[in-house]
Amino acid sequence: MKFNHILGLLCAASISMFVAGSASAQDKTVKIGAIFPMTGNAASAGVHAKAAIETALDIINNAHPELGNFPLAKNAGLAGLGGAKVEVVFADNQGSPATGQNQALRLITEEKVVALTGAYQSGITLTTSAIAEKYGIPFVNGESVAANLTERGFKWFFRVTPIASDFAKIYYEFLNDMKATGVKTDSVALVHDNTEYGTSVATVITSAFKEKGRSAPIDIAYAANATDVQSQVLQLKEKKPDVVIMVTYTSDAILFAKTMQALDYKPPMLLADDAGYSDPSFIKAVGKISVGAFNRSSWSVGPPGSPTAIIAEMYKKKSGDEMDDTAGRQMQAFFVLADAIDRAGSTDPAKIQAALKATDLKPDQLMMGYKGIKFDDKGQNVLAAGVIIQLQDGENYVAVWPKANAQKTAVMPYKGW
Amino acid sequence: MSTILAQVIVGGLLLGAIYALFSSGLTLVWGMMNIVNFAHGDFVMLGMYVAYVVWSLFGAGPLLGAPLAALLLATVGIVVYFGLIREIMKGPMLAQILGTFGLALLLRYSAFWWFGANFLTLPENIVGGTFDILGLRIQASRLLAGVVALLVTLGLHLLLTRTSLGSKMLAVAEDSTAAQLMGIRPDTMQAIAWAIAAGATGIAGALIATFFYIVPTVGETLAIVAFVTVSLGGFGSVPGALMAGLLIGVIESLSAYLIGAVYKDIVVYSLFLGFLWFRPQGLMGKS
Repeated sequence: MKFNHILGLLCAASISMFVAGSASAQDKTVKIGAIFPMTGNAASAGVHAKAAIETALDIINNAHPELGNFPLAKNAGLAGLGGAKVEVVFADNQGSPATGQNQALRLITEEKVVALTGAYQSGITLTTSAIAEKYGIPFVNGESVAANLTERGFKWFFRVTPIASDFAKIYYEFLNDMKATGVKTDSVALVHDNTEYGTSVATVITSAFKEKGRSAPIDIAYAANATDVQSQVLQLKEKKPDVVIMVTYTSDAILFAKTMQALDYKPPMLLADDAGYSDPSFIKAVGKISVGAFNRSSWSVGPPGSPTAIIAEMYKKKSGDEMDDTAGRQMQAFFVLADAIDRAGSTDPAKIQAALKATDLKPDQLMMGYKGIKFDDKGQNVLAAGVIIQLQDGENYVAVWPKANAQKTAVMPYKGW
Repeated sequence: MSTILAQVIVGGLLLGAIYALFSSGLTLVWGMMNIVNFAHGDFVMLGMYVAYVVWSLFGAGPLLGAPLAALLLATVGIVVYFGLIREIMKGPMLAQILGTFGLALLLRYSAFWWFGANFLTLPENIVGGTFDILGLRIQASRLLAGVVALLVTLGLHLLLTRTSLGSKMLAVAEDSTAAQLMGIRPDTMQAIAWAIAAGATGIAGALIATFFYIVPTVGETLAIVAFVTVSLGGFGSVPGALMAGLLIGVIESLSAYLIGAVYKDIVVYSLFLGFLWFRPQGLMGKS
């Protein structure tokens, strides 16, 4: 009886495996999971991420000869898999590391995705990628910058974006160059939330500044999703730093901008670490009272007719908003993943992993302003780079540093409103 | 006292008044009707969107937005009472909790669907910008919210203590069967209480919208403070909620300024728990 049972189960298992195998060979789609905050306080970032991925899907799955030699654009589908289409299963992390983890598990075990991307917030990328690692599924991240993500000895985690240490270096050099032009940059205050993103970026900037002989920044930490930030702004008003670096998500960034205006506080220089300050809804809501804010970015729209300009236009049609740095980095990561699957010529996770390791994309094959894409042993893109942009008119950012990439010269001091 | 410290305290008082404003509706429903309304924060959120829609359609500020929000939310309150609360009150406690929680999610995701996930704001000068008094910066929008908080508190307090409607509502809260024997309709009274509570919450939302951001999840951020304010003030005590709100606002601001913003919640909640240990009925609740 018992033996029959086991035999039956084995038969059922082998049949289902056979059915599953033949099905995936026939319908020729490659399933990729994408985990983003579609609800919760970072939902606006998630909604834009979804539009970014869908734009990338359009480019991959349909023929776009107008994009020239941009990878995966020319023909429909993935050539390496006989024109197979890419399908993305979106999942909502609700802004919670635990939910993100559950969604990763569901995508891998139930949706049978062959690779994952996401998850916007560093703290959630941390938990979701741990699941991918456990199941041996490649996870390609485009936007999370917390340093420790690539310090865990993971074999299946790849990160395309520049990270906190890259930007700490950029900030340091930018402040030095500004100092050379006569701008005071001696005392720096670091305003950051207490999330994985906020604390890790603050730690990296602080230690990088100290290493290079600058005094440690004044640390102003606060709990994310604040109901009120008057006291923090008053602390800044009292300490009068030359430069305020803002490491915040959108909701708090908006509250800070409004409170600074209400309390009539303008730092001589305001330098934002992407995140909230790059969210199109931040610019729409309080761009006009944040005039002159500096920010970091790896995105530049480029001259009309260039692949980046065409992609930006496609994205705008889909999302209703201008392309921003965060959406661009997410899209770039998705292209890297699709390119690896294309080169692997297979949906076998191990082959995709091998292809990711062999990635060597040149600047002209990218939509972002990186020097290329090449992963080190930890899975970090060593050629990631960025520029400093400024919100000069309260509506659009323009590149101002380094000189080679500058569209306009930096305007000082911070104007606010 | 330095100007900055004075500014911190004034800011804390105004913040506290706003906390009191959006807690007053909750204290009515929670304290008197014995229902924990988890959708309270989302009522505030609806009030904020009403203010936004009024501004984007007519270019009008809270002078039109707040009364309209009060009216609409009062209607929502009545609908919610007859459509949901009346039924779930017959069920076990857990059903009540999950019922209003479900309502909260329904409202939140409806807002996502209708308004999208983008952060919205009203123009900074919609109620007259910011002015200086004795070197202190006062934001007109926050001052207006503070003044309205006092008026709403006073109004609700007078309603409950000086009018026959208030007495009837209190009677129903005390003993609904006995009230019924006296010829009071518990259903009507409860529905009126929900309408008033939701209406006051709508006003709060419309006023908070003038200086805060508007997003479908904003209720989540604000609701926790409302629950703390109501329990510190004493369940069902409207003046208690005002005092508790002011207290929390000042303690939050001072501790954020003096110790650091990361620690302010630790300070507020340890004081809160410590206080409840000695006085579980809250500042002005009946023992």
